[in-house]
Amino acid sequence: MTTPEPPVLETRDLTIRFGGHVAVDHVSCAFQRGTLTAIVGPNGAGKTTYFNLISGQLPASAGSVTLYGEEITRLGAPQRTKRGIGRAFQLTNLFPNLSVRENVRLAVQSRQNAGFDLFSMAARHEELIEMADHYLARTDLLDRADAVAAELPHGDQRKLEVAVLLALETDVLMFDEPTAGMSVDEVPVILDLIQHIKADETKTVLLVEHKMDVVRSLADRIIVLHNGALVADGVPAEVMALDVVRDAYLGTGSGGGDDDA
Amino acid sequence: MIGTLLSGDLPRSKVLSVVMVAILLGLALAPFLFPGTRALNTAATICVFIVLVASYDLLLGYTGIVSFAHTMFYGIGAYGVAIMLDRMPGSWAAIGLGVAAGLAVAVALALVIGLFSLRVQAIFFAMVTLAVASAFMILASQLSGLTGGEDGLTYRVPRVLTPAFKLFQDKLFGVRVDGRIVDYYLVFFAALALFLLMLRIVNSPFGRVLQAIRENPFRAEALGYRTVVYRTVANGLGAGMAALAGVLMALWQKYTGPDTTLSLGIMIDILLMVVIGGMGTLYGAAVGAVIFILAKNYLQGLMGAASEALAGLPLIPHLVHPDRWLLWLGILFILSVYFFPTGIVGRLRK
Repeated sequence: MTTPEPPVLETRDLTIRFGGHVAVDHVSCAFQRGTLTAIVGPNGAGKTTYFNLISGQLPASAGSVTLYGEEITRLGAPQRTKRGIGRAFQLTNLFPNLSVRENVRLAVQSRQNAGFDLFSMAARHEELIEMADHYLARTDLLDRADAVAAELPHGDQRKLEVAVLLALETDVLMFDEPTAGMSVDEVPVILDLIQHIKADETKTVLLVEHKMDVVRSLADRIIVLHNGALVADGVPAEVMALDVVRDAYLGTGSGGGDDDA
Repeated sequence: MIGTLLSGDLPRSKVLSVVMVAILLGLALAPFLFPGTRALNTAATICVFIVLVASYDLLLGYTGIVSFAHTMFYGIGAYGVAIMLDRMPGSWAAIGLGVAAGLAVAVALALVIGLFSLRVQAIFFAMVTLAVASAFMILASQLSGLTGGEDGLTYRVPRVLTPAFKLFQDKLFGVRVDGRIVDYYLVFFAALALFLLMLRIVNSPFGRVLQAIRENPFRAEALGYRTVVYRTVANGLGAGMAALAGVLMALWQKYTGPDTTLSLGIMIDILLMVVIGGMGTLYGAAVGAVIFILAKNYLQGLMGAASEALAGLPLIPHLVHPDRWLLWLGILFILSVYFFPTGIVGRLRK
């Protein structure tokens, strides 16, 4: 697999140990622009931990993360976000007592580097509010914009999580089980959005997802983590056919069941 | 106009609006509405504490930082002016220098404490501030050559701010407008300006980030906000505002000592005022300061009167004896926290 274009994001021998337990074990993988890579594996395989290492929520024990060829392994989460790695979380992670609009507006504000303005009124920065509303509209949340985030139903909170990620306008977008716990009729909204981002071809999307039908319909490539190690990497049809994947993952019950936790 | 002045952060409750207007008018007209040294002293103390409590709310209510060093910064501001006026009595230059020095020391100290300890857990930061504040209090009482030690400093302010100065020959609404009243208006307008400035800051893009950090620091980081930097700046801002409140108190009292500026007793009072008024609202700071200081200054007198009036009855006169005023203040506090867990302003805004 040689492509002329250098990868946007790459991890080399990325490793983290918690005491004696190696949660992510020498994972080397490169991610290209305009691709969507699904990361699959059984619970506890290290998928979310791998995400945390890439987006900077956890410090790596060994190995490196590079973005556009520049090493970012030692940078904290805020700096990585500023450089273009955006992240949506598996467990909904919002500002619970702020309004839906404010949750997104804060992401827009960060993107515009407007956080250190102490003496103007945030409510008068209409362009930021308009941009926030744009992302709320894209996620079907505009009519709930003034609600308090904590009072949204679970599915809407998941959508808001995605709206916040979109508002960061990063080159790399990481989705950690975006449809977990969503009702069946809400899932397509999120999948359409991810499909849209992928169709854009300027973004690099990483997706952790348990629902195999979702993975099959969206992913250009699947990597499989098992006990923290990368055990398979390839196009969906190929990877799904591998024995190691059947044993490690598909054997635990496929068919779109949402076994999160 | 009012929207801009209040930075779009209106009281959002009819009762609260009425209360705020009453506080504003009461303080603005205090020298004429409530003549007398004691009443004016209470009004000036309220003005200063509104700034002090609001600046603490910036930390506790808006950013979620628990600090016990707020009276230290208040003291630094007061001592800055006191020490300069002690050296150069009655000079405006001394006040200017004192404000600049006090502000610089307070903000620098706050930034250093912040950078070193705001990246760790909140409880650890609270302990560090407690330790630094205690050390500072001891330092202030030991460096008696500079600070006057336990006795503190008594100094002369510019003549315009003393009772000997008369602004007008004639009385105004039956009140002689002397330097004391000029001093009061200096405190009042400075406090008003500082309060409105803080209201602007909490409603600015920066203020929104502080609230985001209070709500979910982990998420704020993931959005690209470096929480340590924001918290440290908030800590510096709170410290600067507290120092300015200290300056106002120093100019009003013409005396600065460890008990009136640095004591942990005042720190507890500030905490009570924020909680009673309602955290994270700024208006709560004003309401809390007014209620608490009025109770502190007048509850004893009221109770004395009640005790005398009920002299014939069994037990009751003892319960309302002026010596029990702390008991009643405590009961008032418990009741207010029990019935208004989000503070008076939080309750009114429901």
